[in-house]
Amino acid sequence: MTGALFEYALRMGDSCLILGHRVSEWCGHAPAIEEDIALANTALDLIGQTQMWLGLAGEIEGKGRTADNLAYLRDARDFRNLLLVERPNVDFAHTIVREVLFDLWHFHTLGALQASADARVAAIAEKALKEVSYHLQRSADLTIRLGDGTDESHSRMRAALDALWPYAGEMFLEDDIDVALAETGVGPALGTVKPLWEADMRRMLDQATLSWPKSSHVQKGGKTGVHTEALGYVLADMQFLQRAYPGATW
Amino acid sequence: MYAQLVKTDGHGVKSLDEMDPQERAFQERIDDNQKIEPKDWMPEGYRKTLIRQISQHAHSEIVGQLPEGNWITRAPTLERKAILLAKVQDEAGHGLYLYCAAETLGVSRDELLAQLHAGKAKYSSIFNYPTLTWADIGAIGWLVDGAAIMNQVPLQRCSFGPYSRAMIRICKEESFHQRQGYDIMMKLSAGTEAQKAMAQDALNRWWWPSLMMFGPSDADSVHSAQSMAWKIKQNTNDELRQKFVDQTVPQAEFIGLTVPDPDLMWNEEKGGHDFGEIDWAEFYEVLKGNGPCNAERMAARVKAWEDGAWVRDGLNAYAEKAAARKTVTQTAAE
Repeated sequence: MTGALFEYALRMGDSCLILGHRVSEWCGHAPAIEEDIALANTALDLIGQTQMWLGLAGEIEGKGRTADNLAYLRDARDFRNLLLVERPNVDFAHTIVREVLFDLWHFHTLGALQASADARVAAIAEKALKEVSYHLQRSADLTIRLGDGTDESHSRMRAALDALWPYAGEMFLEDDIDVALAETGVGPALGTVKPLWEADMRRMLDQATLSWPKSSHVQKGGKTGVHTEALGYVLADMQFLQRAYPGATW
Repeated sequence: MYAQLVKTDGHGVKSLDEMDPQERAFQERIDDNQKIEPKDWMPEGYRKTLIRQISQHAHSEIVGQLPEGNWITRAPTLERKAILLAKVQDEAGHGLYLYCAAETLGVSRDELLAQLHAGKAKYSSIFNYPTLTWADIGAIGWLVDGAAIMNQVPLQRCSFGPYSRAMIRICKEESFHQRQGYDIMMKLSAGTEAQKAMAQDALNRWWWPSLMMFGPSDADSVHSAQSMAWKIKQNTNDELRQKFVDQTVPQAEFIGLTVPDPDLMWNEEKGGHDFGEIDWAEFYEVLKGNGPCNAERMAARVKAWEDGAWVRDGLNAYAEKAAARKTVTQTAAE
């Protein structure tokens, strides 16, 4: 159980960290000032959630590793984030589609985790859910508006949805870790998040005049540390100072 | 504040006797420390000067996201990353409400941005310097935000109401920014030899450009007198620069860093520091567009604007469709 919860906390924390990193890359380059502010705010929330999840992971592990140690001193094979969140920003459409696919999963997952048998997990979920509700409201709203905007905004959203859809399936693949946590009531009950996600996604895509993507192929590997090539570059960037000046405090 | 050279459109400061009755009444309100509000009558020169100053300030906040944003993905700890994100987000927020303050004077944000992108509007020269190491993020917070606060505190008493009120909000956040910058420098100065060297190098590179932020010396500052008569500006460039030097030198000493000025010396008689001559040739070169990063900064902003066009168009198109749908629904219901 302890090992499973450690892995689970890494999965949650790493997904927040890597998505926060991607979103923060927009800083100063967004389509409007309001978006610069909102994107920075989203990234900030995700980094805060990273500190909580990786802090919990370090505590469970009991080897004295802090959230910073886990974020800055692991290599790509030890990262447990979903492949979806490491996909590059490409354009604003890819950024928003990646966000909404994740936010909707994040929202329902945290909703379930609020009732976790582990009080620490429930507390993190409760705090994070307030922020994620706002992330979802924003990304869903932008998806609808840009999907049903101009021909160009529609086709860009269409292209982004088709490109990222294969990475959404990994969120619902349940493995031994998920089973172990579901059995003890620490994680969400198996199979509960997917139907909620699908129902909401269907409604949202309808409103956005975007059809449900045809592909049912699932790209997987993130939860077990087999990533896309993109992650190595994210880590090279993120971990540079900690790697170049070993042992220094900042 | 990040406005270094604001033209005033005046031909010298008029005395009350030289003014027509309307202008005289306006000047008397200013002399009486009353706030001027957007709907009040104001001389055209006052309006134009304010638009220039507020928009320069707003542009600086927006362009200023870039040098610091450059280090968000590389911040050395999660906490430093979160603090830097919050800070840069604040800068964008400052830009937003400064554009709003400028809009009360009858110019739109889009017009002001078009001027920026066409290279017709200025922003602070400081943001045309590169952030090469993590210590530069500390130096920017400590020195650049420190210099900005020095300018902005008196602007809270500016005669134009919306600008004055924006400054009150901005100043609260800027003092947090300065503290976080100094905190980075303090940590580096207490760190390894490499970290200390990094901190000293950042101070060496940012010191003089920070002093330039106050603009030309009073002797060469042709627009100051009118701005001061209008209480758009409350202190001269040299007064504020002196105050900044006197405040900052002991802070550098406290963390064991050396200010890169061989002429720097305490002057007991004037109760302040004497300091060396600024390289004004460099200052004017950077203002002309020849600083190390002018081209990159402008290119980044123009690209952000152009790449974002389809997003803004898409959102507008949706808003129009939604409004049309609402009208149809209302008509059907009637």
